[in-house]
Amino acid sequence: MSEGNKIIRMANQIATFFHSQPASEGPGGVATHINKFWEPRMRRQLFDIVDNHGGEGLDSLVLKAAPLIHRPKPAEVPPAATVSA
Amino acid sequence: MSLVPEIDFGTPAARSEKMVTLTIDGNEITVPEGTSIMRASMEAGIKVPKLCATDMVDAFGSCRLCLVEIEGRNGTPASCTTPVAPGLVVHTQTSRLKSIRKGVMELYISDHPLDCLTCAANGDCELQDMAGAVGLRDVRYGYEGDNHVKARSNGETNARWMPKDESNPYFTYDPSKCIVCSRCVRACEEVQGTFALTIEGRGFDSRVSPGMHEHFLESECVSCGACVQACPTATLTEKSVIEIGQPEHSVVTTCAYCGVGCSFKAEMRGEELVRMVPWKDGQANRGHSCVKGRFAYGYSTHRDRILNPMIREKITDPWREVTWEEAYAHTAAEFRRIQYQYGRDSIGGITSSRCTNEETYLVQKLIRAGFGNNNVDTCARVCHSPTGYGLGQTFGTSAGTQNFDSVEHTDVVIVIGANPTDGHPVFASRLKKRLRQGAKLIVIDPRRIDLVSSPHVQASYHLPLRPGTNVAVVTALAHVIVTEGLYDEKFIRERCDWSEFEDWAAFVAEPRHSPEETEALTGVPAEMLRAAARLFATGGNGSIYYGLGVTEHSQGSTTVMAIANLAMATGNIGREGVGVNPLRGQNNVQGSCDMGSFPHELPGYRHISDDSTREIFEKLWGVTLNDEPGLRIPNMLDAAVEGTFKGIYIQGEDILQSDPDTKHVSAGLAAMECVVVQDLFLNETANYAHVFLPGSTFLEKDGTFTNAERRINRVRRVMTPKNGYADWEVTQNLAQAMGLGWNYSHPAEIMDEIAATTPSFALVSYDYLDKVGSVQWPCNEKHPLGSPIMHTDGFVRGRGKFIRTEYVATDEKTGPRFPLLLTTGRILSQYNVGAQTRRTDNVLWHEEDRLEMHPHDAENRGIRDGDWVRLASRAGETTLRALVTDRVSPGVVYTTFHHPMTQANVITTDFSDWATNCPEYKVTAVQISPSNGPSDWQVEYDELSRQSRRIKGKLEAAE
Repeated sequence: MSEGNKIIRMANQIATFFHSQPASEGPGGVATHINKFWEPRMRRQLFDIVDNHGGEGLDSLVLKAAPLIHRPKPAEVPPAATVSA
Repeated sequence: MSLVPEIDFGTPAARSEKMVTLTIDGNEITVPEGTSIMRASMEAGIKVPKLCATDMVDAFGSCRLCLVEIEGRNGTPASCTTPVAPGLVVHTQTSRLKSIRKGVMELYISDHPLDCLTCAANGDCELQDMAGAVGLRDVRYGYEGDNHVKARSNGETNARWMPKDESNPYFTYDPSKCIVCSRCVRACEEVQGTFALTIEGRGFDSRVSPGMHEHFLESECVSCGACVQACPTATLTEKSVIEIGQPEHSVVTTCAYCGVGCSFKAEMRGEELVRMVPWKDGQANRGHSCVKGRFAYGYSTHRDRILNPMIREKITDPWREVTWEEAYAHTAAEFRRIQYQYGRDSIGGITSSRCTNEETYLVQKLIRAGFGNNNVDTCARVCHSPTGYGLGQTFGTSAGTQNFDSVEHTDVVIVIGANPTDGHPVFASRLKKRLRQGAKLIVIDPRRIDLVSSPHVQASYHLPLRPGTNVAVVTALAHVIVTEGLYDEKFIRERCDWSEFEDWAAFVAEPRHSPEETEALTGVPAEMLRAAARLFATGGNGSIYYGLGVTEHSQGSTTVMAIANLAMATGNIGREGVGVNPLRGQNNVQGSCDMGSFPHELPGYRHISDDSTREIFEKLWGVTLNDEPGLRIPNMLDAAVEGTFKGIYIQGEDILQSDPDTKHVSAGLAAMECVVVQDLFLNETANYAHVFLPGSTFLEKDGTFTNAERRINRVRRVMTPKNGYADWEVTQNLAQAMGLGWNYSHPAEIMDEIAATTPSFALVSYDYLDKVGSVQWPCNEKHPLGSPIMHTDGFVRGRGKFIRTEYVATDEKTGPRFPLLLTTGRILSQYNVGAQTRRTDNVLWHEEDRLEMHPHDAENRGIRDGDWVRLASRAGETTLRALVTDRVSPGVVYTTFHHPMTQANVITTDFSDWATNCPEYKVTAVQISPSNGPSDWQVEYDELSRQSRRIKGKLEAAE
């Protein structure tokens, strides 16, 4: 399974849990969970799917939660890359 | 230094609150009603001679040595079986008593060998002590007549004589030295609860017998050592004592095996460990032990231990031994290079749940303060992370609610997804004791674990659910409790949010959650489930104990919440005898979580995004901390395969063997440029390592472990580290090489830092622990003596939160190709990946992992007991030998994962818990077919291991 698919699967698993919770908790619950536990790289991958691939494969609740998920800072450029550039 | 003194009061303490005053030898003494005269005397410092009495077991009254005289009463009653009464006047030494005792001793000695000088118990023999105490000077009866002492009598073979039984690897049984006091038999029954021993024969023929006159090793004996500890003579003796001699000093420390965290006295001669004896004042184990803690410490001096640091450029190179300085400098340079090349977040580390709190704290500190990121995780990820999440959400704290003593007050116990007699044996013994007193038991497990039916223990209900349906079963239990009105409304209204309860109650009451509806799914008969629910809700104090069979599922966190819901709905939280009790796997897995080993949490479970918490550590450490959560272990491996994670520091953890989907783990490790492994042995993960830093054992360092009941116990150094350094020193030296100005001179200073930064540890210090023995966190101004039971006056989060728990089938489904469900577990004699226990004589009990399968499934496939079988899943395949048994249901197979050759985790998939990424070890769809031997992967892997364990200049591979 590719890493992108894994991110989709993990996000959808979280959404599945919150689907069973009271509707008012849904998007906020998913977003809070991802904000609390997902490292920026993982959130970047998620936003890549949302922003650049139309959120394909993602549960509707994940898409509803997306605006509430913290956008990570852009990936850090390693010092070596700055030197060579 | 001297031996830690332990007083034997002769009989167990009485529980009564009513006090009784009596006079013994002119001393007035007040004791609880029900206390024996023997114990009361000892409380006053008067030692009544005794042989068959010891305070770990009930009075028996057989040796006739502890007789006393009581004014106004006839005869000479035994002080062990005679309870105190108000106003009694007792004499423990009169001329009549003296002559009776002397006569009794004379008879004992007339059938006992007189090889005291060369006897292993010399210096620790109660028989010898009593002979001295009663003034025995003469034995009038010779050995010419009937005796058990001489192999030959009067030139003839003596049929009464029996040779020594040396079958058990750790202790011997010498029948010729037995005085038939029955202490061993009673210890096996009352303390351990195995009932392996009995007295065979009558009168003079009476002898201790394991099983039906079997050898110890072949009997039901589980080698817990309770009988050896109870034996007053050399009849049952540790082989180490026979070989070395009596210890001259002892130190109290904590076992480094499972999460029960038993206290032991390490009995020493110089720096040589003579034996480990469970400490009676140990509050987790109350003087009991299992075969691992008691005997399986030989790995600490095993020849496989690596004692010098090693480096290699590529994992295909042989290892090269280097100095510590070179190892630190190389590691520091590599980590800095990788960060320079790939960015700050390209490295991380794993703390060890086998190391001390102090060591774990330092590793997460090195990562947060030195690496500058939060890529730290620990093996709790793969075991109890859902416990942390689930209990955090519902109760507000990430730990079990009780102490182990609580089981003595429970009336109904649910054991779900745990096999305590194998995984947590000392707790199991305490549980069985309570069950024998009449408490009821409900077992929820796919497998018929020993607790379901064992001597004098019978579960009221065993719900043999299909693996992966925990949520459906626990929710169905709640359905019955809610729809039949068995919930505790008063408790819920007082302690929980009533509207959340109403929402949850409406949810579980839906007909689709009824046992009748879910039966088809779970395989649990509806009527049985209903009866179990009624019993739990109405049977008095209800407690729930659970293990990895709950957490290691894609719905692990949901099941933990369902369990918490059940406990709240029935009002079973906040007092003795109830509660939610996760049985934690490793010795310090609770501690490693407490110490901030998770990538999103600083010590004390405070989220990394919380500014005020970060500020505490930033001030103290003089750095700016990253406020974003880091990578969890599976995420690290994913990132490594992707190419953004390149270096890792792993202390005391073997992720290649213990983590799921071995091929994914090895691909992740192989993609890294610097893998640093700190361990006792070249473990499986070290096959992929570039730097090896030798670790030290729990006998070689100071520190603390925190057990499953949140108890902080001291670990005390009893010998110099063979590798030269305790693990905390190695981490500190590495930190210094990376430019951090650490300067701890003793782990006590690290604990002081933990206490200063972490409110739940505020009062903890080594001085305080020396004074009070141990404490359960939170230990602070509000709870100066710690917190044996949590949520006593309300939940930590305020009001208990009921959460809906919808069953979701796992994606790991059976089908035509993989029609069986594999679940995994462990066995008594082995521990986790077996790196320690495989290097002890415990292998005599479990030489290999076997695949348990039902006779029906075996017959369908033409498989007989003992055959080699191929076990295949979507992730991979391996081979092992079958064990045909009806302990597993048809359609379910089971194995352990203690041996690296089995590679059980080649089979497990990368599915994981939705909330925590805890892997789904407990459910894998598999197929089984006959096989001729090892799979290609096993052959290849074996070759890889052999190659990667080569050390330059050494002929043999290390394993």
